[in-house]
Amino acid sequence: MNFASPEFRVKVGLSEMLKGGVIMDVTDASQARIAEEAGAVAVMALERVPADIRAEGGVARMASIEKIEEIMQAVSIPVMAKCRIGHAAEARILQALQVDFIDESEVLTPADEENHIWKHDFKVPFVCGCRNLGEALRRIAEGAAMIRTKGEAGSGNIVEAVRHLRAVQREIRRLTTLAPEELVAAAKELEAPLDLVQWVAQNGKLPVPNFAAGGVATPADAALCMMLGAESVFVGSGIFKSEDPARRAAAIVKAVAQWQDPQALLEASRHLGMGMRGLDVSRLTPEEMLSRRGW
Amino acid sequence: MVGILALQGDFAAHRHALSERGVATREVRKPKDLAGLAGLVLPGGESTTMLKLLAEFGLDAPVKESVAQGMPVLATCAGVILLAREVQNPPQPSLGLLDAAVVRNAYGRQLASTVATLEVAAPDELPFPTLEGVFIRAPKLVQLGSGVKVLAKRGQDPVLVRQQNILAATFHPELSPKHPVLDLFLQLVRRGQ
Repeated sequence: MNFASPEFRVKVGLSEMLKGGVIMDVTDASQARIAEEAGAVAVMALERVPADIRAEGGVARMASIEKIEEIMQAVSIPVMAKCRIGHAAEARILQALQVDFIDESEVLTPADEENHIWKHDFKVPFVCGCRNLGEALRRIAEGAAMIRTKGEAGSGNIVEAVRHLRAVQREIRRLTTLAPEELVAAAKELEAPLDLVQWVAQNGKLPVPNFAAGGVATPADAALCMMLGAESVFVGSGIFKSEDPARRAAAIVKAVAQWQDPQALLEASRHLGMGMRGLDVSRLTPEEMLSRRGW
Repeated sequence: MVGILALQGDFAAHRHALSERGVATREVRKPKDLAGLAGLVLPGGESTTMLKLLAEFGLDAPVKESVAQGMPVLATCAGVILLAREVQNPPQPSLGLLDAAVVRNAYGRQLASTVATLEVAAPDELPFPTLEGVFIRAPKLVQLGSGVKVLAKRGQDPVLVRQQNILAATFHPELSPKHPVLDLFLQLVRRGQ
């Protein structure tokens, strides 16, 4: 893969700019302004937050154009929007709309159960979810300019995000210890392209920024993701399903900026009101687990 | 020791670029991290976020004081927005240390982000005919004060300027391999200005 092409560098460049920040799910202009005011580095324009998608069911699609435009007009920070896995036509529409980033997301109902979008065809950068290193490298091979571990969206439960972050970091560390001939077997096992496996083995990290998502509900959850190697955090339902969204959003921003400082985390965790209620992920059936969508 | 403001943004890319040149760096997240620095980098990222966090963690006044006292500074993209005299599109507060106005997202959204070829306007400081410039949702510098020297242009737009100890790029030299602007900054650091 040619990471040095100007097109790819410009895509990954925006991912670099979003590091150390919080990307917040919003469903209208007023939520977008609350997010920007709280210090979000970007917003994700959505029709419904994942917790509502989970509760209401039905087919979840790309948000309406009017909704996304309303949000783009409301804020000066980058605006992301989600398309369904494999839905290249939704992605083309989002690119024509000039969103800043597309999330090919398992939170929406997949359009293709076998293939993801060939993201090299697009000028706009993509972020994709993963549960492990192999999945991350397959998405990067397809052209993703940012990876986020999936976690379990709309659950308010950090356990799956931790599982996925740990899996990616553990597999990266393992690759750095292998001999060249062993990397071929590792590529087979990971179901990932050999050149990307070799790149990770040599550099000890992913070739694109690695963010975390899915289940972040508190400043402490966000800080835990950073401790486990995430470079930024996506927060979905955790903010606007809580008692005091503006305060919680600002607190999560502070926690990500000062994740190494327990005293700052303590201050960020005060007076937040009730968090979102959350789900026991172990009671979800496999069909109810959004993170199992995509491969 | 060169400090890199690490509240948010591409501080890791700056750190990597400087350490490739054998320069020791420190991430600046608290006022105490500014002590004893020979230079400071204000990285790219989201200026709205950085502005809030600068105030939140009490860094705005000490950073302003250090720069006003002559500490060499390299500001890239959002860093330039933090330093400007005035910010437009939309208006927002700033540290007011660089005598120029800056228009945020002046080229458009991410689809307008690009790698462009820049013309050097001050070959005495940068002995190269052209430079590469990685522009990400870049701002534009306008209404430059008389003490601001233009070092490089993209078409008609000044994209690299120097005002005494302040070196300001609306693009990202830290995202180009072996970019001369980082060497120019390190010259300022070594000269103590």
